[in-house]
Amino acid sequence: MVQYLLSVHSTDADTTPAPEVMEKIYARVDTFNEEVKASGNWVFGGGLHPVTTATVVDATGADVVTTDGPFVEAKEHLGGFWIVQADDLDEALDLARRGSQACGGPVEVRPFQDDSGA
Amino acid sequence: MSVAGHPDVDFDRVFREEHGRVVATLVRHFGDIDVAEEAAQEAFLIALQRWPASGLPPNPGGWLTTTARNRAIDRIRRESIRDARHAQAVMLTLAGPEGTDDGSPDSSSLQDDRLRLIFTCCHPALATDAQVALTLRLLGGLTAGEIAAAFLVPEATMAKRLTRSKQKIKANRIPYRVPTDAELPNRLRGVLATLYLVFNEGYLSSSAETAIRADLCAEAIRLARILASLMPDEPEAQGLLALMLLTDARRAARVADGALVPLPDQDRTRWDHELIAEGQSVVRACLRRNRPGPYQLLAAINAVHTDAAAAADTDWSQIVQLYDQLYAVAPTPVVALNRAIAVAEVDGPAAALAIVDQLDLAGYHPFHAARADLLRRERRTTEAVEAYTRAIDLATNSAERAYLRSRRGELQQ
Repeated sequence: MVQYLLSVHSTDADTTPAPEVMEKIYARVDTFNEEVKASGNWVFGGGLHPVTTATVVDATGADVVTTDGPFVEAKEHLGGFWIVQADDLDEALDLARRGSQACGGPVEVRPFQDDSGA
Repeated sequence: MSVAGHPDVDFDRVFREEHGRVVATLVRHFGDIDVAEEAAQEAFLIALQRWPASGLPPNPGGWLTTTARNRAIDRIRRESIRDARHAQAVMLTLAGPEGTDDGSPDSSSLQDDRLRLIFTCCHPALATDAQVALTLRLLGGLTAGEIAAAFLVPEATMAKRLTRSKQKIKANRIPYRVPTDAELPNRLRGVLATLYLVFNEGYLSSSAETAIRADLCAEAIRLARILASLMPDEPEAQGLLALMLLTDARRAARVADGALVPLPDQDRTRWDHELIAEGQSVVRACLRRNRPGPYQLLAAINAVHTDAAAAADTDWSQIVQLYDQLYAVAPTPVVALNRAIAVAEVDGPAAALAIVDQLDLAGYHPFHAARADLLRRERRTTEAVEAYTRAIDLATNSAERAYLRSRRGELQQ
């Protein structure tokens, strides 16, 4: 088993779909999450608050610097993600396909370095 | 280099031909492309030392596979002292039946391995240039330097591309298997597209210096032959092979004095009639299955062209019909353009121009070249000259540019 990060990048809040559209997306994602749990691929997952709620902590220097905001100013930010375990990339890509259909956005698939969870 | 007692045997050629088989089998055994490649390389070096004296073994591929496998096991044993996980891999390998891969090269397990390797190299998660590089390296047995030379990039760039692609396969655990029936049509399309790209890069080289790179065409045909033999029930795999054979058959007549020679003006006695006969028989065999696809239809169009002893004998109405079928399965502007060129021969250039002028292909130099030719035939000289100039500006192939310039020159006299 390899663990993969399935991440969804969303645009800033002002382009968020209408509430009734969001509700449908939430319902589809919930269904998908239940399926992933049932098939044994689930590790973790969740949606994030808007990027305006982010804080960056930098302790690489002598002082700890805490700043408001995300790492980089970008049009798209991480909006939510799943961590799944799968036998191989094809299985992970199939989960990503279903996740993309559920959340209505493209999904990036990236393997974790540590395979000790196998 | 040749082997003593076998003056006709070219060592590099044997290694190149066996490379895919040896690596494919070892990847299945060791689950690691790097281990497989290194072991294959070691086996080739040992063969290079032994074969000149001993002569070729009866089954060079089996000999190389066994030798490479034993070398890989030795290496992993040595390294496993440091790494417990590798030790497990060795145990798995050693527990398997001994010598099962030394049998005849056409045994089904070996064929399956090469098929697995093709589908791994052409996995859609890999970029197209990575698919091409991996396929030529692992299945074709070309070195990174040879692939770099063929695609006109520095060797270091190609080496990095190969390393990164293999790392992506490993990190992502891209599977080593033939896709399931449900996935197969889609995945096979990707494999065919990659092989066709290699062929076209050879045949329609985008390089300014070389009009045709025969080595890439030959390599693409060799790989297409392997794929067609491994997938006898996939008519599109046969169709791609036939298309390559029928196109390559015209190679010698395609360029004269550094300029491209268009199909109607080619010296047909310089066509390779053996390749044509083979290509046509492959086309006939796959069309009988009645599961037409783009490659089969393109091959059939080329079969009609190569059937004509002289350009005037070409059965253009059959070609238009085939393009109609092709457009039904692949409705792209490029297919519509090529169909229009055939329409010009049946219904005249004005009818073809009416089709061509509706196509959105302004960035595609064959569009301007085709339009220029139709305008020339309609005696709309000023517009034809303009269209030739657009085509010349957009084309990168030196022979094609030379041809277009001479056509424009004739109009300007």
